[in-house]
Amino acid sequence: MKHLLSTADLSRAEAVHVLDVAEEMAEVNTREVRKLPALRGKTVVNLFFEDSTRTRISFEAAAKRLSADVINFAAKGSSVSKGESLKDTVQTLGAMGIDGIVMRHHASGAPRVLAEADWIDVPVVNAGDGTHEHPTQALLDAFTMRRRLHGGASRGKGLDGVRVTIVGDVLHSRVARSNAWLLRTLGAEVTFAAPPTLLPAVDRPFGAAVHHDLDAALAEDPDVVMLLRIQQERMNDAFFPNPREYTRHFGLTAARAAALSERTLIMHPGPMNRGLEIAGVAADDPRSTVVEQVANGVSVRMAVLYLALTGEHEPKESVA
Amino acid sequence: MGTRTVLQQSDITRALTRIAHEILEANHGASDLVLLGIPTRGAVLAERLDRVLADIEPEWAHDRDQRVGTLDVTMHRDDLGHGIGRAPHRTTIPTSGIDGKVVVLVDDVLYSGRTVRAALDALQGIGRPRAVRLAVLVDRGHRELPIRADHVGKNLPTASDERVTLRLTETDGTDEVVIVQPGTPTHPERHQPGAPAHADQQQAGATEQTRSEQTRPEQQGGAA
Repeated sequence: MKHLLSTADLSRAEAVHVLDVAEEMAEVNTREVRKLPALRGKTVVNLFFEDSTRTRISFEAAAKRLSADVINFAAKGSSVSKGESLKDTVQTLGAMGIDGIVMRHHASGAPRVLAEADWIDVPVVNAGDGTHEHPTQALLDAFTMRRRLHGGASRGKGLDGVRVTIVGDVLHSRVARSNAWLLRTLGAEVTFAAPPTLLPAVDRPFGAAVHHDLDAALAEDPDVVMLLRIQQERMNDAFFPNPREYTRHFGLTAARAAALSERTLIMHPGPMNRGLEIAGVAADDPRSTVVEQVANGVSVRMAVLYLALTGEHEPKESVA
Repeated sequence: MGTRTVLQQSDITRALTRIAHEILEANHGASDLVLLGIPTRGAVLAERLDRVLADIEPEWAHDRDQRVGTLDVTMHRDDLGHGIGRAPHRTTIPTSGIDGKVVVLVDDVLYSGRTVRAALDALQGIGRPRAVRLAVLVDRGHRELPIRADHVGKNLPTASDERVTLRLTETDGTDEVVIVQPGTPTHPERHQPGAPAHADQQQAGATEQTRSEQTRPEQQGGAA
């Protein structure tokens, strides 16, 4: 794996391999000394053209636990706000000597442009591009499901037969798209539950089944219910009449959470709008994995950075 | 030309039995002893040593589940990022920890000493043992670092362009140590283009020997 741009690029074997490496990283994160020397002397740039706190901190913690040096670049207040192009920004960073780029951009496809252009020859990890993809979020979600389902015996396993219902703003959600592709690659069945206005106008978006009624979707007794954040910043149109109506029809209310099976996982990529898409009671329920997802995010990002930067690609010397 | 078997199953069993006795003798019993095998074959050898120790030392048998683990050294190697790419293996530390214990590292083939250096580094992140010892099944010489083994199954003089490969029933279906002459393809699957890199990686090259060869292209160039 040189770049991680899209979960659609990952084969099942590759995805399972990333999750298995993440298991080893998770073990390190339980130790007293949570530090490995694997990326010592390497410099990773967090190139963030869009606001993010948790993803950036998670990538920063991951890189630091692997002993990499981290440079945080936020577009706000930088030369980008003076009109510098992506090419010039990246070439400037490249001239300073860097070994990897973690990129978030408001434009869908920007990380792929960077990876495929010859501006700089370093691994690129997509940390969210527009409404397109957020592959490390999908990997950490899959990792969290696998751990909850299989515990210590999860190495080497996929998510075969696991039924996942993803609820909410599928249309604008890069989390939904990355998850739909990755989960299906790993053998899970994905269903979307959302109002028609928040779904892509196709028959089976990203190969997933669709419900326009959350209660009908939950009545099918899914193994995982994943709530998506209502992204106010992308709500520049009338997608639903008002927040209270959204909550009534598509929020995981206390009553809906109580009706779920004992073993159904409640997931949310964060940050949560408590009371809107998820009730506080549901978020704090023992079946909720919200806090685990954050912890697992560091392990998964360590695995991705390790695999991308130490290179399971282009061997420089041929093996005799 | 080809391969030559230097240790057979019975030789390996005898060597492990002797190493187990040596470990107990050097430690004056089993108190505070912890075995950590270096994956993959060192970890298998540690499990076998554990079974031998349980047979010969009641104190070991008493709480053996607290005494055996694995120590992956992948993240501590000095050749990461040289375009090779290594999948980390599992590290399992006994729940009693290693602080104040006598840790015996177990590996299959001792060659350059770089794996052991990485293991010593890895131990630092886990705790502070009272002492660290090294047990290997085969010492083939050609050290590149000031490291020696405390317990050796067999000293095997070799040329640096030969390969020494340990095969174990648990991982390879047979018990033997073979010397492979230069130019003999031991892992033909390694050369198949298009095979996924990590599957290839996991199948082949798990011994000290093949790892070391991958890490030393400049020396191979010099020899050729």
